[in-house]
Amino acid sequence: MTDAPIVDAQDVAQSFGARTVFEHVNFQVLPREIFVILGGSGCGKSTLMRQMIGLLAPTAGRMMVLGHDMRAPDAAVLKRLGVMFQGGALFGSKTLLENVMLPLEMHTDLPRDAREDLAAVKLGLVGLADAANLQPAEISGGMAKRCGIARALALDPPLLFLDEPAAGLDPVTSAGLDQLILDLRAQLGISFVVVSHELNSILTIGDRCIMLDRGAKGIIATGDPRALRDGSADPRVQDFFKRRAA
Amino acid sequence: MPASGPARPTLHFTGPLDLPATAALWTQTLNAARGAGGKITLDLQNVPHCDTAGATLLAVAEARGAELRGANAEITALLARVRTARGTKAAPAIPRASNPLTDGARAAVDGLAFLGETLVAALRVPGRPRMFVLRDLLAITDEAGVRAVPLVMLLGFLMGLILAFQSSIPLRQFGAEIYVVNLVTISLLRELGPLLAAIILAGRTGSAFAAELGTMVVNDEIAAISTMGIDPVTMLVLPRLAATLLIMPGLAMLLELSGMCGMTLVMGTLGFPASAVVHQAVQAARLTDIVGGLVKASVFGAAVSVIGCRTGLGAGLGPRAVGEAATAAVVGGIFATIVLDGVFTILFYRLHL
Repeated sequence: MTDAPIVDAQDVAQSFGARTVFEHVNFQVLPREIFVILGGSGCGKSTLMRQMIGLLAPTAGRMMVLGHDMRAPDAAVLKRLGVMFQGGALFGSKTLLENVMLPLEMHTDLPRDAREDLAAVKLGLVGLADAANLQPAEISGGMAKRCGIARALALDPPLLFLDEPAAGLDPVTSAGLDQLILDLRAQLGISFVVVSHELNSILTIGDRCIMLDRGAKGIIATGDPRALRDGSADPRVQDFFKRRAA
Repeated sequence: MPASGPARPTLHFTGPLDLPATAALWTQTLNAARGAGGKITLDLQNVPHCDTAGATLLAVAEARGAELRGANAEITALLARVRTARGTKAAPAIPRASNPLTDGARAAVDGLAFLGETLVAALRVPGRPRMFVLRDLLAITDEAGVRAVPLVMLLGFLMGLILAFQSSIPLRQFGAEIYVVNLVTISLLRELGPLLAAIILAGRTGSAFAAELGTMVVNDEIAAISTMGIDPVTMLVLPRLAATLLIMPGLAMLLELSGMCGMTLVMGTLGFPASAVVHQAVQAARLTDIVGGLVKASVFGAAVSVIGCRTGLGAGLGPRAVGEAATAAVVGGIFATIVLDGVFTILFYRLHL
């Protein structure tokens, strides 16, 4: 496997009218890396992720993902990305199995029994094999996030985006989800871009991170999250890791 | 790819076994395994890596008796993971026992129980008046009644016009065109006015009640109301029921008057002045026709309202439940209206009204 970056943000910026969310943002995500975007509320974490998955075109700079400019993503590159939205974004009228089967139905010629087998394996990988026939309304928030990951894994993408995977979960469920992410990376070789502000989760799973700051309108720190926690001299970084009000 | 070994046939795989390759090989591989009675070997020596799709194919083939040979460490580890993931089977979905007759009977019993609950809540209102929110009653009256006026008038006008035109054709053969007025007036007052007003109410307001209350169920708002010690029926159902009881006679009357306007227009084209039409209509209509029609309209409105609220409050969970509740409200409302209309017809006949 090469070490060419799979995500390459080149001086990207995002503005909404006169309001600039961030500018001059540069970073790279490497294969098999768990890369965390962190920062306080309103700093542009989710906006940056929406640029990476092609939902939002940067107002300046280039966002390259898997070698494609995400300003105009085509279906071929979107099939190679998995995205888990904050609440799971499951289709309420389908069972969990049908939710996971949907991308396979849309993008492959596999027969139905094969699609069911593949979807059942994906649910098994996230520990939901016994819940395959339940509706999203019948499962907990943590299970919905797990199913969201299973659906994102449906097409075996090399890169997974997770938006706030630990938000709203109890510590035990959150730790289980962190372990799942580590397992998937180890066993499937998937790279992750994780948007989060949950400190325990960031410190458990993150290989590298960038920290965005609303006041600075951009990146204020880059590196190993544990090193940033222990060694950063920037008071904003210290405030974040020590949970101090600014 | 296929080749023959000494004992059992062997399939030689070459190249990465990823999702596109798996999609191309799935049926072929499993058919080959089935053809050999499961006694087949899958040679993976030349497969550098596979993803979970490829590992699933291998696991499925293995479960059907195929032997895997030559897998590298990475594939072996992934295969172990996939075997584990496949090991836990989901509990089969239990299909809901469905029988149109028993379902219908259950719905009727539920509806009657809910009607009883609503009546009890209505009787309790004098003892706890603050739970009956007058502001809600006015808002619902505006939404369900005032805003429905243009639609009701247009539909009534067109219905009167069409009825008069259609009935004038046979009556003209007997020189009895003036009796078109009797026919249309009595039809509108006794039957079509209340019936059409109720159908409009079911489509426009009954569905809205069901969707609104169903969404409240989905969002746990009804549970929140109940845990605050507030009776949801008193707070949410009674204002809706009272609003429809208030507006339905008015809507039915408007529809009937609009229909008579349409009829007058057609009669004008047949050479009858408006004064003659009005005189004939006054002669044809009895007070019992008017009052009976308005009573029917109120009862139909109450039925549509109660059914809309019942389906909304009985909605399940998830976005589909709201849609199902709205559909059930419209279907149930129209069905109940027709059944009640039949009951009224028999009742009025027996009472010589």
